[in-house]
Amino acid sequence: MISQKKFVVSHAPFWHNGSGVPERHFNAIIATAPAVLMGLGYFGISAVAALCLSVATAIGWEWLFCLISKRESTVADGQAILIGLIFGMLLPATAPWWLVVTGTFLAIVVGKQLFGGIGATPFHPAVLSVAILTASWKMYMDIDAQLVNLNFDFTPYHPLVAAKAFGSQAISDISICDLMIGKQIGGIGTTCGLALILGGVYLILRGYVRWQIPVSFIAGLCITAALFHLANPEKYAGPIFHLFAGYTLFAAFFLITDDSSSPVNHIPMLIYGALGGVITMLIRNVGTDADGIIFAVLLINICNPLIDKIRPKAVGKVA
Amino acid sequence: MQLKSFFGSPKPEFRYELLSTAFPEPMAVALPETVTLLIPEQPGTAPCQAIKAGAKVKTGQKLSWDANGGPSIVSSVTGTIQSHTPYTGDYGKKFAAIGIATEKADQWDESFQSLTGEPTVQTLIDHFSGAPGGADFSKLTDPGKPIKTIVVYGGDTDLLVETNLFVLKSRISAVMNGVKILKSATGIDEIFAVAPSEAFQNYDGHFEANVKGVPVDYPACQPLMIYYQLFGKMLEQGQSFEDTGVFFIRAEAVGAIGQAFSQGRVPVEKILTILDKSQRKHLVSARIGTPIGGILKMLNISLNDRDRIIFGGPMTGRAVYSEQQPVQFDTDAILVQDANDIILNSDYPCINCGECIRTCPTRVPVNMLIRFLEAGEYQDGADLYDLYSCVECGLCSYVCTARIPILQYIKLAKFELARMTLAEEKND
Ligand code: SF4
Ligand code: SF4
Repeated sequence: MISQKKFVVSHAPFWHNGSGVPERHFNAIIATAPAVLMGLGYFGISAVAALCLSVATAIGWEWLFCLISKRESTVADGQAILIGLIFGMLLPATAPWWLVVTGTFLAIVVGKQLFGGIGATPFHPAVLSVAILTASWKMYMDIDAQLVNLNFDFTPYHPLVAAKAFGSQAISDISICDLMIGKQIGGIGTTCGLALILGGVYLILRGYVRWQIPVSFIAGLCITAALFHLANPEKYAGPIFHLFAGYTLFAAFFLITDDSSSPVNHIPMLIYGALGGVITMLIRNVGTDADGIIFAVLLINICNPLIDKIRPKAVGKVA
Repeated sequence: MQLKSFFGSPKPEFRYELLSTAFPEPMAVALPETVTLLIPEQPGTAPCQAIKAGAKVKTGQKLSWDANGGPSIVSSVTGTIQSHTPYTGDYGKKFAAIGIATEKADQWDESFQSLTGEPTVQTLIDHFSGAPGGADFSKLTDPGKPIKTIVVYGGDTDLLVETNLFVLKSRISAVMNGVKILKSATGIDEIFAVAPSEAFQNYDGHFEANVKGVPVDYPACQPLMIYYQLFGKMLEQGQSFEDTGVFFIRAEAVGAIGQAFSQGRVPVEKILTILDKSQRKHLVSARIGTPIGGILKMLNISLNDRDRIIFGGPMTGRAVYSEQQPVQFDTDAILVQDANDIILNSDYPCINCGECIRTCPTRVPVNMLIRFLEAGEYQDGADLYDLYSCVECGLCSYVCTARIPILQYIKLAKFELARMTLAEEKND
């Protein structure tokens, strides 16, 4: 007697906790919402256009790449949307269309797919793209220069640039409160510290972001900033200023926590985050770049495979 | 099945069954019209006369592929042999599936009875290799790998299953007797009895064995994990338990030995835990060789296309493709999953989320290991990323965000490496 029914066969285990790749990305997208909304509120219609173009072209590149390389389309897993969104959030609101399209090409095709696709990217694709753009068209990535024609009801220059050029005196009239609620010049979705913290805490609570990385990053950054500040309060701004200015909080929750380019073991996560914070402050206070986050992230991305070698001994291993 | 909670990603915490409150009586499954027994086949030879189609067999009769020894099993029914078909088990093991039309009244083959006076390893090999819970007793006689320690384990190796523990708890005197017989047959004095400690909190009987408790948290009762807890080390590449002088046997098999030697008949009923689609448990007792379809029908478990039937538990069992599959001597449980409850694997690569790292009980760097295994670099996986620390619990696959069948890769890697070693040994 031959059984007519067709059963599913597969290998053990037969249970799964139901987690999945798309849900991870869509939750990250949800987490960006508060910061994105605040940013759109401050920077207006040009920000909406830049962000939409960024997401749309990121999806387009992903789809096209899959089509040309004859692979099943991976657009639905949400990673391309997330990368497009993060790239857009880093941009100045008035970024020209060709810059956005080139940027998402660099992020999706070069930063993600050419390195081997999801899970195989040694750098955060959006960060890599921003770094290349900054090196190539410094003028267009310069947030002060780009936003010069917009009118704001708050200090119309980039706080970190001012701090770097003129010392902490220059920023004494910028209130920390303004920085927190996003009243500062910056990338579209990166200015409102409180909204970013909200999104970050959401991701940590839901288990999509490992708390060790942002916490150690913030700690590393604040401690280094405090040391500089103590050494020379005239020249160097304090830790709270650095925490809420520039890309800091955005990096803490959305850039350095990228799965593929960050460590997974406990101690390496702490080292990785702290290292990121320290490098950022060194670039800001000693180096030439005003924000420094982008290059700090790339640097710790490079160190990641090495750092992640520090891991507990597996059970039963003697050596 | 526990799904990921809304907040956080805590380690999954599973506990083995303890059978401490309800103590069910197994439901008897009626004798089916035909049973199917699996006999290890000697490739390239014809079957012996005793198992040719048309031959009569008695309950308890020893059946083997060729007449002069070779691996044997014991017939669980009285009846007429109808057919044999080749059958390939897990990892390419060759069997002959023998269909036997059963007769209502059992006629017992009495050849075992005369052997009960003096237990020997040969008797165990001949009559207990296919007995409920069975073990490969031939490993006790390999001169190249002398066995020094026998480990009797009383817990179940998978979640929700309570077969072995039930046997241990309900037939403790048979198990004790079995331990005595094992001792006298093998001459081995060092015997460990291992069971989840919480299941035996109030037990104060005397066991002729060194009793060890293990935690009730999964995967403490995985054989490899028990080995580690007893001996403080893991098996190395190419090693089996027997290579290190350890022989594993389940309490159910020991109980069968104890019962057989006191009653003169080898037991032919297998206790199973049946888990229906809503994960309710039913304890049943069926003849070895009973097609599972009948058992499921008796319990009113309906089967549809794209459901999944699993021999064993949810973490380490194996899926079967037909409801005609027979209950075998080591089938502890049958788990039935509804098509809608199945979460399928995907072919995504590892996204490096690290969930597996935070879950693995033996700290295997799964995220790195899986990259090597997916590329077929098994030896590198073993050398660099601790393949042989894995106890095959499946928790990493359970939490994997990319839904990679990690455990499958791990088992395949171990299997392939063992095969390569074997081929090299042959060439030398
Ligand atoms: S690697 Fe996976 S199957 Fe092996 S012990 Fe770790 S969690 Fe269990
Ligand atoms: S859980 Fe799966 S996807 Fe995540 S790191 Fe482990 S193997 Fe990779």
